[in-house]
Amino acid sequence: MIPELGHFALIVALLVAIIQSVLPMIGAARRDRALMGVAVTAARAQFGLVALAFGCLAWSFATSDFSVANVAANSNTHLPLHFRLAATWGSHEGSLLLWSMMLAGWGFAVTVFSRNLPQVLRARVLAVLGMIAIGFLLFLLTTSDPFTRLFPAPPEGRDLNSLLQDPGMVAHPPMLYMGYVGFSVAFAFAIAALIGGRLDAAWARWSRPWTTVAWSFLTVGIALGSVWAYYTLGWGGWWFWDPVENASFMPWLAGTALIHSLAVTEKRGAFRSWTVLLAIVAFSLSLIGTFLVRSGVLTSVHAFAIDPARGLYILAFLAIVIGGSLTLYAVRAGAVGAGGDFAPVSRESLLLGNNVLLVVALVSVLLGTLYPLFVDALAAGKISVGPPYFNTVFYPLMAPLLFLVGVGPVAAWRRAPIPELWTRLRWAAGIAVVTAALVPVAMGRWKPLVALGMLLSAWIAAATLSSLVHRLRHAPQRGLTAKLRANAPAWYGMLLAHLGVAVFVTGVTLVKGYEVERDVRLDVGQSVVVAGDTYTFRGVAAVPGPNYDAIVATIDMTRADRHVTTLHPQKRTFRSSGQVITEASIERGIGGDHYVSLGEPITGSGASGAWAVRIYVKPFVDWIWGGCLLMALGGFTAVADRRYRLARARRSEPAAALVAPT
Amino acid sequence: MKPRTRRFVWIGAGLVAVAAAATLILSAFRSNLVFFFTPSQVYAHEAPQSRPFRIGGLVLGGSLERVPGTLTVRFKVTDTAATVPVTYTGLLPDLFKEGKGVVAQGAMGADGTFHATQVLAKHDENYMPPEAKAAIDAAHAHSGAMSMPSLHEARAQ
Repeated sequence: MIPELGHFALIVALLVAIIQSVLPMIGAARRDRALMGVAVTAARAQFGLVALAFGCLAWSFATSDFSVANVAANSNTHLPLHFRLAATWGSHEGSLLLWSMMLAGWGFAVTVFSRNLPQVLRARVLAVLGMIAIGFLLFLLTTSDPFTRLFPAPPEGRDLNSLLQDPGMVAHPPMLYMGYVGFSVAFAFAIAALIGGRLDAAWARWSRPWTTVAWSFLTVGIALGSVWAYYTLGWGGWWFWDPVENASFMPWLAGTALIHSLAVTEKRGAFRSWTVLLAIVAFSLSLIGTFLVRSGVLTSVHAFAIDPARGLYILAFLAIVIGGSLTLYAVRAGAVGAGGDFAPVSRESLLLGNNVLLVVALVSVLLGTLYPLFVDALAAGKISVGPPYFNTVFYPLMAPLLFLVGVGPVAAWRRAPIPELWTRLRWAAGIAVVTAALVPVAMGRWKPLVALGMLLSAWIAAATLSSLVHRLRHAPQRGLTAKLRANAPAWYGMLLAHLGVAVFVTGVTLVKGYEVERDVRLDVGQSVVVAGDTYTFRGVAAVPGPNYDAIVATIDMTRADRHVTTLHPQKRTFRSSGQVITEASIERGIGGDHYVSLGEPITGSGASGAWAVRIYVKPFVDWIWGGCLLMALGGFTAVADRRYRLARARRSEPAAALVAPT
Repeated sequence: MKPRTRRFVWIGAGLVAVAAAATLILSAFRSNLVFFFTPSQVYAHEAPQSRPFRIGGLVLGGSLERVPGTLTVRFKVTDTAATVPVTYTGLLPDLFKEGKGVVAQGAMGADGTFHATQVLAKHDENYMPPEAKAAIDAAHAHSGAMSMPSLHEARAQ
């Protein structure tokens, strides 16, 4: 009964989505307040319905109702409750339902937080969100119904893929999807503005917080995925340039560019057409990313041929959304107007540089991700594009971008004379050079790339902190609290995010420069010294888990004859599938991780034999994710800014000068 | 500078930047593409001798041996038509098993052995790395309408 209720809720949600996308659009064209008003009601109803459907599926998983095919294929009675709930989005169907619910949730949020928007704009934004919802709900209902029944119901489910039975599975997909789907709001704002021909500073101000929040979620989502891969795959890597990762990284790059270009559009009215294009691109990449991962095309391009209905639907949907919005852009962007003038060195030009670099980086990732697929699809052979390609391309592009992170916030709008910039930044430059010279020495080995990385991260950190000091010193208020309060949260958010970049770059630089990876063969009682620490293998023991049997090794780590910690890496064999998963044991620390994972038994079996053991020392690796969290925190801080809440009161003044003809 | 001249300067600078980026990307792309070859192609000397490439197929049943006292393993990769001996030093992935699909990246040695620097076996038990599957399918297509010499046969050898 519950699954049918969910299915029914989805059908009604589809009908509501149709109403949501048609009536308000007509209302906006005719300036009919009643019709436009439908948007809010419909968006809220849609959220209620899709959430109900999602709840029904989650319920079926929680109660292990194996008469539902999706539950039977992806769950198991031995699965702990939190993993049964996470299994709701473990399958293709379930994750699309999660996507739809997030979309409806963002629509609901628009109805709540955009009371100040002009009614026409709000109606159009919600209508566009409704259209996207139609696409997804139709896809769910016609090709990927999560509620299909199975008769007769099997007594036991097939289980969730063992690799997904991890706390990462509970948090990573929802966060990632919040980000992906969040860009739909920026997209809807862009489309609404194109339709209305009104794309001004006020529009940018309304669109900014939505973009920033979505971007922050995406940042957290990607970071969680990276941590998960780090500890669970047993390889100790934090980024593999895997197509699945690239699929989430591309919208992130576009979103980062969008955030910065929105700043120019809001403050200076410039880059308007470009900003709109970026909003379209960011969301299109989210869609492509979702489908790249979900359609199975990455596993094999021939997955499309196996299930042509899904493949064709996806291609058609992408063509309509991306093609349609780009056509609209081509027709309307001219009406949107250019922006204010600016000098070759100004905050505008620096942000333009930021955008160019980010977009080029984006294109390089896109090429590396899609090219092998095209070659395969054309049956021209099989190729792979690995980390060496991405590393060769990415570092030269990121170095100037990181340099700009230090300069941009200090530069004035319109015109920023270089001597003035130098006066403001010379301290930061000095600190950066000293850090770059000292850190590699302190780490024990001089490496030019480490020096470059530290130069850039110290440069960003010092420049960011110096602009804080500068502002506080020149604030007219008395007392530190008053001075601190004089600045807007948006500005602090920017500082935090940029500091996050510095922390991230430090982590990447030091891990890349000084990580130690050793694969060794250890007999019971044997020791090995890695990076100054002694690891002694004490043997293995069999320990049963809730739905797996683990072989747990005991490895003592000592430093200068003092016991530091005992590590317990595991090999888990899942009972339902027989799949083996390596679970690393990690001693985390702010200065780096000590990472031990278990390979396979080499001689004999049971407790006495030798094992292959992998020992990694990862200096400052946690700074990578710490940096990402700081960036996201910066994003959330920026959104707390009052000016976004005062949108209505302020919208007439700076906007008036920039209003484009309707 | 007149606005017009300035615009041309901007566009010129933009074009130079884009050209530089394109050169960088494409040269990196060309030098870092890794091509894939099936054991049959390797056997027919179609694979490059100096450049790294990938091979894929099934780990031949009974072919896995360990060099005593080290982390070096030897095994054979087959597409059911031809087999290639492989050596690898390091930890094997969880899903590496005799009779299962595998993809290895490395280069051919002078001894006719493939020296793998990386052994890939991915996500789940039933999943066959696409390259490995392609290698086997290609071998089947080549040998004509032979009855499926299945995984069992590879395992039994």
